[in-house]
Amino acid sequence: MKGTHLGEFEELVLLTIASLVNNAYSVVICDELSKHADRTVKLGVVHAVLNRLEEKGLVKSQLGEATATRGGKRKRFYFLTGAGKASLVRAKEIRDQLWQKIPNLTLKRI
Amino acid sequence: MKNKKTTQPPKWATRLLAWYCRPELLEDLQGDLNEFFDRNLETRGTFVARLIYIIDVLKFARSYTVRKPVFSNPLDQKMMLASYIKTSGRSLRRNKLFSVINIVGLAASMSVGLLVIAVVSDLTSYDSTLKNRDRMFRIISTLQFTGGPSMKLASTSWKAGKLIREEIPGVESLVILRNGFGGDAKIDGNTVPVGGLYADERFFDVFSFPLVSGVAATALKQPHSLVLTQTTAEKLFGHADPMGKLVKFDTVNYTVTGVLQDLPKLSHIRFEMLVSLSSIDLARPLIPSDGDNMDWGNAFSNYVYVVLAKNTDPATFTAALNRINDRENASMKNNKIAVSPQPLKNIPVGKQMANEIGPVVPVVTVYALAGLALVIILSACFNYTNLSIARSLKRSREVGIRKVMGAARAQVVGQFITESVIISLLSLFFAIFIFFVLRGQFLSFLPQLTSAFSLELSPRILGLFIALAIAIGVFAGLLPAVFYSKINAVQVLKDAASLKVFRHLSLRKVLVVIQYTLSLIFITATVIGFNQYKGFLRFDLGFKTENILNIKMLGNKDEVFIKQLSALPAVKGVSRSILVSSLGSLYGSKMKYNDPADSAEVDLNHIDENYLPLHEYSFLAGRNFRHQPKDAPESEIIVNQQLLRRFHIGHDNPQKAIGETITASGKKLVIVGVLKDFHYATLESPIDPTAFRYSADPGVYVNVKISAANLPATMTSIATLWKQLDKVHPLDANFYDDQIEQAYSYVSVMLKIIGFFALLAICISSLGLFGMVIYTMEKRVKEVSIRKVLGAGNGMLMYLLSKGFLFLLLLSALIALPLTWLFFERVVLANFAYHQPIRFRELFTGLFIVGGIAFLMIGVHTLKIVRANPATVLKNE
Repeated sequence: MKGTHLGEFEELVLLTIASLVNNAYSVVICDELSKHADRTVKLGVVHAVLNRLEEKGLVKSQLGEATATRGGKRKRFYFLTGAGKASLVRAKEIRDQLWQKIPNLTLKRI
Repeated sequence: MKNKKTTQPPKWATRLLAWYCRPELLEDLQGDLNEFFDRNLETRGTFVARLIYIIDVLKFARSYTVRKPVFSNPLDQKMMLASYIKTSGRSLRRNKLFSVINIVGLAASMSVGLLVIAVVSDLTSYDSTLKNRDRMFRIISTLQFTGGPSMKLASTSWKAGKLIREEIPGVESLVILRNGFGGDAKIDGNTVPVGGLYADERFFDVFSFPLVSGVAATALKQPHSLVLTQTTAEKLFGHADPMGKLVKFDTVNYTVTGVLQDLPKLSHIRFEMLVSLSSIDLARPLIPSDGDNMDWGNAFSNYVYVVLAKNTDPATFTAALNRINDRENASMKNNKIAVSPQPLKNIPVGKQMANEIGPVVPVVTVYALAGLALVIILSACFNYTNLSIARSLKRSREVGIRKVMGAARAQVVGQFITESVIISLLSLFFAIFIFFVLRGQFLSFLPQLTSAFSLELSPRILGLFIALAIAIGVFAGLLPAVFYSKINAVQVLKDAASLKVFRHLSLRKVLVVIQYTLSLIFITATVIGFNQYKGFLRFDLGFKTENILNIKMLGNKDEVFIKQLSALPAVKGVSRSILVSSLGSLYGSKMKYNDPADSAEVDLNHIDENYLPLHEYSFLAGRNFRHQPKDAPESEIIVNQQLLRRFHIGHDNPQKAIGETITASGKKLVIVGVLKDFHYATLESPIDPTAFRYSADPGVYVNVKISAANLPATMTSIATLWKQLDKVHPLDANFYDDQIEQAYSYVSVMLKIIGFFALLAICISSLGLFGMVIYTMEKRVKEVSIRKVLGAGNGMLMYLLSKGFLFLLLLSALIALPLTWLFFERVVLANFAYHQPIRFRELFTGLFIVGGIAFLMIGVHTLKIVRANPATVLKNE
């Protein structure tokens, strides 16, 4: 186990799950990421990451109701666990702290 | 969109995913893929959508999605096997009829497979006792006539052997053999006929046959040396030590220098003794017309065997032989002879060659036999499969419960395969008994087979038998096993009848029709053939053959013998002839009537004055021969009607023909009698012009008519009389009727073979039909019960249930009977000039038998269902 350390893509997926609230399942996550991150996100990669996040205990999942679409197969919805929320908050804190250290001038010059 | 609803992702990819994916992840993954598929379908079209689906399925195979294979531990497997065997045993006992039918069917067809295994095993173990078998080659010759056909010879020239020995390197050892040695061996006044081969002193280097006594290296070196096999030695010398003893052939004495262990039965080379090749005086040709013994073209009597050195490539050896061929053939005029090596392994099964040294089985025979066995075994397997699936209504519940209790698919498969293997092994037990019977029959078909095969049971063959049985068991059980393992437990426990069992019911019907057609053809052929055969034996030949004993005189004087015979009370008459007619052997000569330019070949027999009355020939005109002294000039002849017709004697009027003269072998013979046409040849050929000439001493056969009462005593006294006449040769006497039977023995052999196949075919097709009947009946139990409740009578129900099968049978009969009739009328019986017509009764006997069995099978089963109490059947609904 890599502990609670979050990779960059893992963080994005976690954020997307959080933002989608109760409607987070693989295909929508994939679509959202493609839209916001402006890069092609493969379904297989998302699945792998979701699986890893679940292993780490950052998300939990649950099968939804059967629908007529998807060939009658149920969707698996993902939710953040407490640990997931905590790790997101912590990642944001680290970033914020670092951001605050950067003087405004320096950034504008780049 | 219409498209969207009908287009599905490729099924196999979906199945692949379901197979490798962990069950807990599967549904979600499938859903995702479907969603993408639908999306792609709309935007990019069917093909791309499917392609992406397939790629995605493959890409999803990752470490976290793939399910871990489950291995059960060996102890479990052992316990499961014990359980399989136990439950299989129970199931076999519970369904006795099913088990018996399957075992009988499999055993019958397996026996043919066993026979083929034994045959092939014998063929592969030919010469296996020889040490250098893999490096041994026989030099064979191809004789090519200039501008004509070519001919393969197993023999080659002496010169070829000599040239190879002198010129070709890489030959470890070489032996030259020559046939044609033998005759009456004379030892101390005793005469015993023996035969053997000439062989040079290197014989034992090539053939590692062990010697009992004598020195292998020198035994065949000196001229007039003799090496005997143990059996021959015993025949010649009894239990005395033969070493150094003299044996006289013609005028030459040969010395015994070695005794060989008897040759193994499966040896391609056969001889009773070997004599040193140096006994042949090369300067003097053995057969005057044979030319020079050392001639390249003299390739008909010698055999050359070589053992190549371990590092010699057969290809270079062949190349060296070709160089010799080219050189030697340069001086040949009328024909060319090319020698080539033939591996020893290929000798017993191969192309038929002239001058073979031992038995050879044509390779086609082996293939045909194996093909036949394969077809028979496959159809038996097919029937087993059919039968086990047909019982699915009963068995599937059991499987359902097993599955509910936690049986995995593999375990259900194991259960059913074990069951079929047990059945197959039980069948093997009976098949081996059938094999023993079959083996005897097979070997007795042709004398060549008895000498070529031993067909003994050895541990190796027994192992192969068991392997075959297991293979058949697995093969036959596989389909039912897979079928049952796929059963959905819930569905089957709810309603077993909803199972889709036979998807191709019409295909099965076609197979049943084919099987029945074949069995009908076989059995009808057997019945017709048997009747024809009986007809041949009973055929009125135009003379009587009952209780006539034909004794071959073997060169002995017959006068005293005949007197003694006539004195026996049981002997009613004695006559003499040079030939026993109606058996297929012919004798004839050219005869002329008035026109010196018109001669005809006339069948002939020389007889004494007692012959015609003894055989009760019927005279149309004239009289029998009268007794004449031995030295009286021959002057009379008795002819048949056909001869009159041939020469137009007396306008075919027998009365007018008497007194006419016929010229035969330069003698003028007066016709004194005309016989009604009779059968001199077999029934295959039409009646030819035939004549009897008188001889006071024909000397070849004595025909004895004896009374039927107390035959054994009569035979004993005849044998005693013979003993007084000839002390060396045993009595060669046969009843005329037996000889006629013998003449048509090939027909009875064919009948036996066809009859056996008829039996097999009936067995197999009955099983096929049985499977169908069981299945249909079980499916219709409820229907029948409801009909019964509504008032249907038993007879009506029987008709309703069996009419489908009767139709199939009728169809097969319609195909089989005309075919068989045509085959016999046009092909088989066309070969016989005289035969009985095929009667309707014969055509329908086969149908009656096959139909009877089928009726019985359908009837018994239908009756069971029709008689069942509808209340009990419907109660369980």
